[in-house]
Amino acid sequence: MAQIPAPAQVKTKQAALVRMLGVSKMYVQPDNYDILILDDITLDIHPGEFIALLGPSGSGKSTVLRIVTGLSKPSFGTVLYRGRPVNGPNPHAAMVFQSFALYPWLTVQQNVELGLAAKGAAPAVRREKAVKLIDLIGLNGYEDAFPKELSGGMRQRVGFARALAVDPELLCMDEPFSALDFLTAENLRSELLDLWLESRIPTQAVLMVTHGIEEAVYMADRIIVLSKNPARLVADLANHLPYPRNRKSSEFIHMVDQVYKIVTGWDEDEDEAVQLTEDAPARGDRPRLRPIPYGHLSMLSGLLELVVDRGGTDDLYRLGAELFLEVDDLLPVTETAELFNLAEVSEGDLTVTALGRQFVEGDVNDRKAIIREQLREIPLFRLIDRVLRSKASHAMAKEFFNDILEEHFSVEEAERQLMTAINWGRFADLFHYDTDTELLYLADDQTGEMVPVALNDAQES
Amino acid sequence: MAPQSERPAGLGWSDALVGSVLLAVFSIIIAWATRAHPYPTESGGISLAWWRLPIYALLSWLRMAAAYAIALLFALSYAYAAAYNPKARRILIPLLDILQSVPILSFLPVVLLAFIALFPGSRIGVNLAAIILIFTGQVWNMVFAVYQSFTTIPRDLRESALSLTLSPWQRFRMLELPYAMVPLVWNSMMSWAGGWFFLMAAEMFSLGSRQFQLQGLGSYLQTAANRGNWLAEGAGLATLMAVIVLMDQLIWRPLLAWADKFKMELVEGDRPRSAILILLRRSVLIEWFQAQIWTPLAERGDRLFSRTLPTMRGDPVINGAWSLLRILISAGAIIALVTSLQGALHLIMQVGWHQIGLVVLATLATLTRVLVALTISVLWTVPVGVFIGLNREWAAKLTPLTQIAASIPATALFPGLVALLIHLKGGLETASILLMVLGTQWYILFNVIAGASAIPEDLREVTRMIGLRGVKVWTTLILPAIYPSLITGLITAAGGAWNASIVAEYVSFQNHVYTTFGVGSLIAQTSQQSRFPVLLLATGTLSLTVVVINRTIWRPLYDKASQRYSLT
Repeated sequence: MAQIPAPAQVKTKQAALVRMLGVSKMYVQPDNYDILILDDITLDIHPGEFIALLGPSGSGKSTVLRIVTGLSKPSFGTVLYRGRPVNGPNPHAAMVFQSFALYPWLTVQQNVELGLAAKGAAPAVRREKAVKLIDLIGLNGYEDAFPKELSGGMRQRVGFARALAVDPELLCMDEPFSALDFLTAENLRSELLDLWLESRIPTQAVLMVTHGIEEAVYMADRIIVLSKNPARLVADLANHLPYPRNRKSSEFIHMVDQVYKIVTGWDEDEDEAVQLTEDAPARGDRPRLRPIPYGHLSMLSGLLELVVDRGGTDDLYRLGAELFLEVDDLLPVTETAELFNLAEVSEGDLTVTALGRQFVEGDVNDRKAIIREQLREIPLFRLIDRVLRSKASHAMAKEFFNDILEEHFSVEEAERQLMTAINWGRFADLFHYDTDTELLYLADDQTGEMVPVALNDAQES
Repeated sequence: MAPQSERPAGLGWSDALVGSVLLAVFSIIIAWATRAHPYPTESGGISLAWWRLPIYALLSWLRMAAAYAIALLFALSYAYAAAYNPKARRILIPLLDILQSVPILSFLPVVLLAFIALFPGSRIGVNLAAIILIFTGQVWNMVFAVYQSFTTIPRDLRESALSLTLSPWQRFRMLELPYAMVPLVWNSMMSWAGGWFFLMAAEMFSLGSRQFQLQGLGSYLQTAANRGNWLAEGAGLATLMAVIVLMDQLIWRPLLAWADKFKMELVEGDRPRSAILILLRRSVLIEWFQAQIWTPLAERGDRLFSRTLPTMRGDPVINGAWSLLRILISAGAIIALVTSLQGALHLIMQVGWHQIGLVVLATLATLTRVLVALTISVLWTVPVGVFIGLNREWAAKLTPLTQIAASIPATALFPGLVALLIHLKGGLETASILLMVLGTQWYILFNVIAGASAIPEDLREVTRMIGLRGVKVWTTLILPAIYPSLITGLITAAGGAWNASIVAEYVSFQNHVYTTFGVGSLIAQTSQQSRFPVLLLATGTLSLTVVVINRTIWRPLYDKASQRYSLT
């Protein structure tokens, strides 16, 4: 779009710390089928912003972070830092990792000094600066300790100190609190927020990847939601709640609910998106296989039973909080329920369908029969079924299906898809799988044409 | 060492390429060796006086240390190139895979002759040949371990190094080398053990009546056995054991305790302790050395390498020079390859069908011996290993004993073994198989012990509760549980057996040559009689046989074992 920017826009453009312009990322497969992870992300990060990047797992949030810091190169599009293209790791950005990424063979002090050593600071300068930061982060006295002697929370403090030691203008955090227990995480969140709000650190902007909606609403003043397969910008919300934020306040709960609706609701848009991409020239030559969510069937049963006990409808956010499940863990299960037509999700509420009630009331064999019927409607299972039936031996190597899936997904994702499919197929008694020979096969009672459910029921009972 | 499950079984194109390169290199060495005609006899003039023993031990140790130093540098650079340069990886990894499975000792006669030809009339040639041989025996498992470490560095650690903008040199010093440190130390220990094996063989090799002796423990042992001086033989063995135990106490244990801080696990566990290390850590001298010399040196190194390395890459002049150099090198390599392949072809052309048949038969004879040796080893190590592994009290008592026994290189015992058995009927046959057993049994034993002691207590309880007894316990629990470690042990053991076959089948004792039919004796004989076409064919066939067996039998077995019978 050739458009002459208005003067005001020119101003914001210059002021933006980071500009992502039409950034896409392809995952190049060995067999030349490329998988799109990020699709056309355009995003400005301004000084003073604390941005939370939300999205389901596997949505490429971390990839966005790695592209912003210059650790990873976009396949298309550009990233500008203060108006200059980013090539290679950005020295003005620092990164905090979920796994802390501390060097176990270096002491706390040496870990914190690392970034300064890279910049060529003299040993005396390094030491002084590191001591100051270790003080700031509340770890004085632990300078000579090794990371393995510290608790998780203390380790992440070292992670923060190491990132802050280089006086980064942009602080990037990849799920920094996910590996910590609840209380430690809460404590560290508020301390970091204090440092940020009181401007005790020279950081100008924070970009935090998270899958915790509450965490995002608690900390960030701007929340960006990504979809998955591939990741696109779904929503960009301002969060004007005054600090310090109270998790119990009705405004806070309202905001969380609103974000929840967006995160659980992007699914409907995706169908259109898939339609659109099928017309796209890059992939127009083959129809796309939709990924199946990797929900555990036992969790699915548990969830449905719980919701039915409560009258058939419940708020997803409340369910997640009660079950101590992050959206990330809950979503695959609800997606599976939707896929099997056992429940519907709308506006952040989960409603059990008639089939879902039948599922809950039935015994194990009824449940298997219902799932079996539902699986027959899913393209991946139709494919497996067709292939197995067409073979005289009624058996096919797992590799064959893996190869097919790898045309649609990354190598890891293809493996995960197939393992989930095998799990479901085994549960529903749709086909067998032999781990030793790596063959999917139909047993004698599975080779017949579709057996009506009722008949099966009669046999079982 | 464990074969890589990520690489497929069977032979590929890259293997063919690598194989032909090796063939070419080998024929160049043979071409050198042909010039050595006639070889001056090298004699160390070994004296059996007991006071010479420390000097011989020192000389042997220095040879080992020199070889190890080269191996260490080589391993780090080879692994670095293979891990971080995708183009280099495509050649280096198949090459590594073949080199580590080729029996190094089969090159001994030819390498020895080639180096003597390079330095006629001086002892440098024999010394260098010994060092090179030890080096080739030590280096591959180290390369492998370092390469594996380099490629398995966690993504987060690597990215944190990148986002902190550490220079390549700083990354190497702070991340890559420390991450590889624990496997590197373990493999250095293994390499030294293997090195002793080769050193003993390399120091006292003889071709017919010509002896290539170096002053050292290996030739001392051989001379003593030759003269039937059993007191000296015992003293020599005791010295060797003393050196090995001292190395263990003064170097390896402190090093292992020190390397513990490089372990990735973030949980404080049982740490190996070493009194020597604690002593060193508390010493004022070391502290002074660290503060005054090491730290400033590291600082300066950081600065120097961080500035020069990246700028060199960016400089267009240097870039141009580099690419020119690269083109020249590859052109030279191609020319050398073609010429030497031609030479190899020329040599092979002289071989008749009769000789091909002979080489195949000899390889089969040696293969039979290897199989017999492995079977004997398995038959006694599996019951013993399982017993030790399942009984904690016995394990505590027996493990140090077995470790000391295992630390004696089999080749050191060989002269004595030959002296005892040579006059019996089929004596060398027995002695050669015994040598193979001696060289291989420990790998199997230690792996079986490790496998058996890893059987979870609850599995054993279940077996007791459902009332399984006798053979059933073995077939349902013990054998499947130790299967992966047994296979790992067998793979290493088979490699050792092939190597041992070379020194075992051709023995010169009291100026009389004893041989038993096999590819090892064929290699020794042909190199002595300058029948180079057959030598090339025999060495090539041996290497090919071992590589093919590794790829078609061991690797699939290992992959299956690690998938199906893994306890985790």
